[in-house]
Amino acid sequence: MKRIAIQPQDFDLAAEFAALEALGGGGVASFTGVVRGEGGLVALELEHYPAMTQGQVERIVEDAMARWPLLGVSVIHRFGRLEPGARIVFVGTASRHRAAALESCAFLIDWLKSHAPFWKKEHFEGGATSWVAARVEDDAKALGWGA
Amino acid sequence: MLTIVYFAWVREAVGLDEERIDRPAPGSTVADVVALLAARGGGHAEAFADPAKLRAALDQRFVGMDVPVGDARELALFPPVTGG
Repeated sequence: MKRIAIQPQDFDLAAEFAALEALGGGGVASFTGVVRGEGGLVALELEHYPAMTQGQVERIVEDAMARWPLLGVSVIHRFGRLEPGARIVFVGTASRHRAAALESCAFLIDWLKSHAPFWKKEHFEGGATSWVAARVEDDAKALGWGA
Repeated sequence: MLTIVYFAWVREAVGLDEERIDRPAPGSTVADVVALLAARGGGHAEAFADPAKLRAALDQRFVGMDVPVGDARELALFPPVTGG
């Protein structure tokens, strides 16, 4: 199973888990990213490069499925205006082996941080805005996987 | 013609989502196109003042600044990504 969704709307975590569990592998690992509401943040605006996003994510999912014995992978990434507490991203992996599920999940989220064509703009109380700068540590994590 | 697309603060500084330019001279690299754009002044000069802060993609694949544009149809210029 390979599910990739780039969408503005929220998603149903229970349904995502159920689809991965139904593959019968015995192991499901996941990561959910949520908007942090600190420092007076009122919203996070996610911009992306529509023509590029789907293809880039498909390539990395194929790469993960080649590296680990996976039965299924789900990647959901939202764009648009998201308020504190809103889900931004979901990565779920299913395998017969827990190490494969956990490692591939970490690999995918590290890769998304530094290679998926998304940009985050913070909106603060009072109207100030700021583009989130890329973190050197995120690049280092992705490089660590050789991706 | 070469279509150039902009994202995030690069898009805001330039003031355009995308634009079309005459194809650069044969052998031109992404950096050469960035220099051409910067020479226009105004928002372009602001956006492209420091190429080290930019990333690029040719026909939706990430490339380095030293890569020739070749026969690509679309060049995207943007800041380092912050997905996930």
